[in-house]
Amino acid sequence: MDSPARAKLLAQPPMMHDLAAHAMQHLILAGTALGAALLLGAPMGAICARSGLLRGPLLAAAGIGRTIPSLAVLALMLPLLGVGVPPAIVALALLAIPPILVNVDLGIRAVPAAALDAATGLGMTARQRFARVVAPLALPVALSGVRTAATETIASATLATFIGAGGLGDDIVRGLQTGNDPLLFAAAATVAMLALAVEAGLGTLVSAMEARR
Amino acid sequence: MNYLATHPAEVLSLALAHLELVAIALAIAFAVALPLGIVAAGASRFSPWLIGALAALYTIPSLALLAVLVRWLGLGATPVVVALILYAQFMLVQGVVTGIRGVDPAQIDAARGLGFSERQLMVRVALPQATPVILGGVRIATVATISIATLAGYVGARSLGTLIFNGLTLHQNQMLVAGSVATALLAICADAGLRALTRLSEARLR
Amino acid sequence: MSGATIGFDDVGVRYADADGDALRGVSFDVASGEVVAIVGPSGCGKTTLLRTVNRLVEPTSGAVLIDGVDVRTMDAVALRRRVGYAIQAVGLFAHMTVAENVGIVPSLLGWPRDRIDRRVDDLLERVHLDPKRFRDRRPRKLSGGEAQRVGVARALGGEPGVLLMDEPFGAVDAIVRAALQDEVTRVVRDLGTTTLFVTHDVHEALRIADRICVMNGGRVEQLDAPAAILANPATDFVRRLFEGARA
Ligand SMILES: Nc1ncnc2c1ncn2[C@@H]1O[C@H](COP(=O)(O)OP(=O)(O)O)[C@@H](O)[C@H]1O
Ligand SMILES: [Mg+2]
Repeated sequence: MDSPARAKLLAQPPMMHDLAAHAMQHLILAGTALGAALLLGAPMGAICARSGLLRGPLLAAAGIGRTIPSLAVLALMLPLLGVGVPPAIVALALLAIPPILVNVDLGIRAVPAAALDAATGLGMTARQRFARVVAPLALPVALSGVRTAATETIASATLATFIGAGGLGDDIVRGLQTGNDPLLFAAAATVAMLALAVEAGLGTLVSAMEARR
Repeated sequence: MNYLATHPAEVLSLALAHLELVAIALAIAFAVALPLGIVAAGASRFSPWLIGALAALYTIPSLALLAVLVRWLGLGATPVVVALILYAQFMLVQGVVTGIRGVDPAQIDAARGLGFSERQLMVRVALPQATPVILGGVRIATVATISIATLAGYVGARSLGTLIFNGLTLHQNQMLVAGSVATALLAICADAGLRALTRLSEARLR
Repeated sequence: MSGATIGFDDVGVRYADADGDALRGVSFDVASGEVVAIVGPSGCGKTTLLRTVNRLVEPTSGAVLIDGVDVRTMDAVALRRRVGYAIQAVGLFAHMTVAENVGIVPSLLGWPRDRIDRRVDDLLERVHLDPKRFRDRRPRKLSGGEAQRVGVARALGGEPGVLLMDEPFGAVDAIVRAALQDEVTRVVRDLGTTTLFVTHDVHEALRIADRICVMNGGRVEQLDAPAAILANPATDFVRRLFEGARA
């Protein structure tokens, strides 16, 4: 880093130093939780779409999961897993599973029956049919669920500060408590930009995919 | 869980305070969203911008927006109600727009042909048929605002979130669990109730 | 590529959740390169019969033979790649281009890229779609008639010895349908592909088929050349079905 930029950075109020680190923390928190939710939620959605038996209970559970306020889910981790990053990741992952599960199910079930019939009739194995027809056709809808989950996870990760998991919520809370308005506004703006950027980025990806059809 | 049994009156009073915040905010929000949605439904140029802006607003994490509102409006119920009104707009306006646009065009055409004024068309044909979709928007907005209203407990207003935050600071797990469970139940009940209402309004259209 | 022969030997089908038989005692042979139309009222078992050939439906009794071999002894997936399949709903894959759709079976068969490309262009030309204009189009951008043409080209992709078509022109308007009937029959005759063609339109059957198989209630009422069916309907049912088509 050249010296004028360095001098400028040092001239900022000390709390601002942490902002970049907390933003990184925030992204890691949300990203890890989202990754775990994808790993669990996508297969669960696929099972939902196939199994008449499990579909009802899984969708009902997802519906209830979507309804429970995120602060309640985060707080409930405390007696179970204590404070810090791991319980926050568990809570955020639990919150992100329902929108992913629901949209994967929706996307797979929206694949036209004629396309499935044609795929089988043309000699695709069950695996090929899933990889070449079902998954790509379901992808835009599934991805829009991931987009919802990602935006919600970034928002909920702000509340992770209350169970000691750090992130940009730390700066908002500290700014509010110490009357440090620059810190408060900078942190609020950063987390808002993160959420909007993810929402817009994944939104653009989804529309680009749909436009190709 | 014990806390629920030992302090039923306090939990009930906080639940009512929680509902009061949500009800006041949603009443004001709906009074804004209905005309806004009606205008947007008929203005295809304007509506994507409006809905896009409201969606962006909805995307802002609630703690961030609430904290900024507190610096501006002070502690207490006011910043919470303002935040809830702002967040609810997206789902409410979208419900109104989608509901109105979904009305069978043949019926709109028939009503025009029978000599309905634009106002009569809206009040007697479009809105009644759009009711289930509008109620769907109200349901999602209610669940979202119940969730955000938990933060009232952090900025000096009363809600079930108060139990969660007091539990966190006082290291009282039972209080915290009681607050979380009561909040979850409140959201689940509101969701179920509004779902039933939506179904009822659908059934009336058949 | 010459067409395979098909044999139906006392084929019966009863669906698990149905009380009656969908097919009963169906027996007939189709010669190599022959075009046979299957006609009959809705629900008489036409689709079921067609789908026994590529094992999308397994007969509960009897056997289906291709080139004299019982299809049950073949791997279902390998069998389907040798048997073309086109349906009324077309079922083009929306995320693939026209060329990718037509080339899907060759690609499943592991053909090299350039052979697939040549095959795709050849087939598109045969169904009167200019490869230059249509190769890279998405299915959504096709008219109903164009989509059906692509569906037929896709069914022929893997150089199948047998082509199965289930009301492939049922959803297009009359003028386009007439053009498609002529084009498609010419293509399969040029290629020598043995073709089973389901339709509920007797005029279509008369126009395209070497022989017509008339079905009713899961049974074959009559199987004969168009002229013979018109001249000597075997039953009252056949007579009524073709009444008015005589002119
Ligand atoms: N998957 C199925 N399960 C149960 N019954 C079926 C199924 N498919 C077809 N059927 C029944 O079998 C009979 C023949 O159907 P189908 O072969 O589709 O007739 P067509 O193609 O001549 O209209 C009908 O009575 C139909 O209801
Ligand atoms: Mg049929």
